[in-house]
Amino acid sequence: MWTQEHFRVLHVDLTARKSRVLEFGNPVDALGGSGLAAALYDEYGLPQEPAHHPDQPLIFAIGPLTGYYPLMSKVVCAFKSPYHEQYAESHAGGRMALAMRFAGYHALMITGRAATLSVLQAGSRSMQIKDVHYLRGKDVFSTGKLLRSLTRSSDSRGHRSIIRIGPAGEKGSSYACINVDTYRHFGRLGAGAIMGLKNLKAVAMEGDADFQMPGGKAYAKIYKDFFQKVTATDMMRKYHDLGTPQNLIPLNELKSLPWRNLQATSDPAVDRISGETFAEELLLRQTACAGCPVGCVHIGLLRQQFAKDHEFLYRQVSYDYEPIFAMGSMLGLDAASNVLVLLEETEKVGLDVMSAGVALAWATEALDTGLISEKETLVPLRFGDVKGYAQAIRHLGLASNDFYKTLAQGSLVAAEKYGGGDFACVLGQEMAGYATGEVYFASQATSFRHSHLDTGAYSYDQKRKEQDTDAAVKFLVEDEQGRMELCSMVSCLFARSVYTHDALQEALAAVELTDMADNLTQASANVQQLRWKLKIATGFDPHAVKIPKRFTEVETWRGKIDETFMWDVQKNYADAIMKMAST
Amino acid sequence: MKVLLANRMERCIGCHSCSLACARQVHKKFSWSMAGIRIHSSGGMTTGFEAKLCVACNPAPCALACPTDALTQREGGGVKVKHSLCIRCGACAEACPVDAIYLGEGLPYLCIHCGRCVPFCPQGCLELVDEPDKEAALAPECAPFGHMEEQ
Repeated sequence: MWTQEHFRVLHVDLTARKSRVLEFGNPVDALGGSGLAAALYDEYGLPQEPAHHPDQPLIFAIGPLTGYYPLMSKVVCAFKSPYHEQYAESHAGGRMALAMRFAGYHALMITGRAATLSVLQAGSRSMQIKDVHYLRGKDVFSTGKLLRSLTRSSDSRGHRSIIRIGPAGEKGSSYACINVDTYRHFGRLGAGAIMGLKNLKAVAMEGDADFQMPGGKAYAKIYKDFFQKVTATDMMRKYHDLGTPQNLIPLNELKSLPWRNLQATSDPAVDRISGETFAEELLLRQTACAGCPVGCVHIGLLRQQFAKDHEFLYRQVSYDYEPIFAMGSMLGLDAASNVLVLLEETEKVGLDVMSAGVALAWATEALDTGLISEKETLVPLRFGDVKGYAQAIRHLGLASNDFYKTLAQGSLVAAEKYGGGDFACVLGQEMAGYATGEVYFASQATSFRHSHLDTGAYSYDQKRKEQDTDAAVKFLVEDEQGRMELCSMVSCLFARSVYTHDALQEALAAVELTDMADNLTQASANVQQLRWKLKIATGFDPHAVKIPKRFTEVETWRGKIDETFMWDVQKNYADAIMKMAST
Repeated sequence: MKVLLANRMERCIGCHSCSLACARQVHKKFSWSMAGIRIHSSGGMTTGFEAKLCVACNPAPCALACPTDALTQREGGGVKVKHSLCIRCGACAEACPVDAIYLGEGLPYLCIHCGRCVPFCPQGCLELVDEPDKEAALAPECAPFGHMEEQ
């Protein structure tokens, strides 16, 4: 199925209500995933047009190893972001990667705008665009239930992926997410708003084809080796055990866990929202992305009494480290079940949970300092008060008034209007959950996805011994290139210790992609370069990056922030990015 | 005679590793469907998963329905499959009481109780047991993450 000659891309034009299969690009050079998405945007994107232009492509891409090996289970979503009008990526697990693989496509590219709210249904032998105007305004959960009935075929249960948006995507929030199979997301930079702009409520992809196995015995042996490593050793145990929330206590001890809009980086209340507490008191079960035997998706049980006589609702809410940071410590919550309440509300409206939490943390401080009043927020916002936040999330998702409409475009947009830019915790976008130090702050503000996933800067901060700018920038650039290999395959980044460069080459060769294996180093460098070119072509200026004052006031385990060092790293990293993009 | 049981599906995390292993190893296919065991969502990811596989009927309605002996009764339950004799009529799949037979290009794919999927379940959901011990498997013990190590 994966020839070395071209990619197989399903292109759907919603305006024309037509689709075609493209034979596109060169897999040896573009690899797949991040590389394929960038190559498609390079060819079909409109870098000078705004993100909401209907002909901007919304791209979903898988990699050459998707389905062939464990944890090769993610999809790259690429688009021009309505948040900052730059080329952007978001990655998600769930079932979509395997559904696309078994539908026979390396990428799905959607352009145009449907005349009415629609769902796109595709498989190896099917493609339909259905009118679903009656789903307008429906929340993510009720949309999912209705779509399962609407799109079901005889053997599709479990072999199909449904991605959908909630009201926030329809309203065009700059950080509306796309929900993938209930518990995973294309989050952060507004992929959900792009779907909303295209009048596309959902995509249902059915993995209903089959392919010949790669020849030779090498593949079976390598598969077994990888499987053993990820299930029978301790390499992945922490992701299955407590999951990423295991990080809460260590980061809190390192004074690196943001609390109350980053007014503090450590708090004794961490024990009440730690991974251990979630596991002991609320964990219902673990689940997994299709093709990944680790099972890192942790589902908590939320019980809510809705009437007298012991009448309860029960909800299954997925939690992770960063959602707990965003809707927990950042908002000063000190009860794990209250964090689940907010995560549930955020899921329903279809907002990116990290961006929404950080935006509400800014709003809380703005309200506290008198920059805004309850006339704007409609409800009282106080750190630790779950009731106010639960209502505010709904207002934010529905863009209930001018204030929430503005805040839905980002904390800095709101700060421009109302003030409070100094304490807006934005590093290119609303911050991720690590306050580890100067290299991380400079990296997140400047790096491609403005996320902790572009580099291991948060880890570098914890290990570095001195303030060495050159070493830090070298690390950022090289570490990103390594991740380009994984993000082009498209592997879960949890498996980065398993899928080393050599292991990837071996894995590619075993599925008869030897040219790709031989060219992996050069191709991943090309992918890194092309992504930066696209980001800069769509308006990014790494030298114009700002880091709000709050980040300079933070105290980490290393002590006060060394502003000179932080800005040196930022400037030199920006130089390195410009150099990469111009070669 | 061994029989594959999926009596611990409440532990299933929906990774599909068993199904992919069967397709890969038994049927030499890269497929989500051409496998003797298929994992279905039992109503969305919020409610867990179910396994579609042969439950080792004896006599087996699929074998009785097969007009060409492509499917024949296996001693102890289940059937033997010979694709070269199949005329792709689909009668077997229609006769199966538990929807365990997948028709791929008209050919039947179903569990032959070989157990090659078992080491690929990280949760210990599956077990290959001697047929007389079938009932003993109804009392599952806990299997930690890392099940494969214990095979």
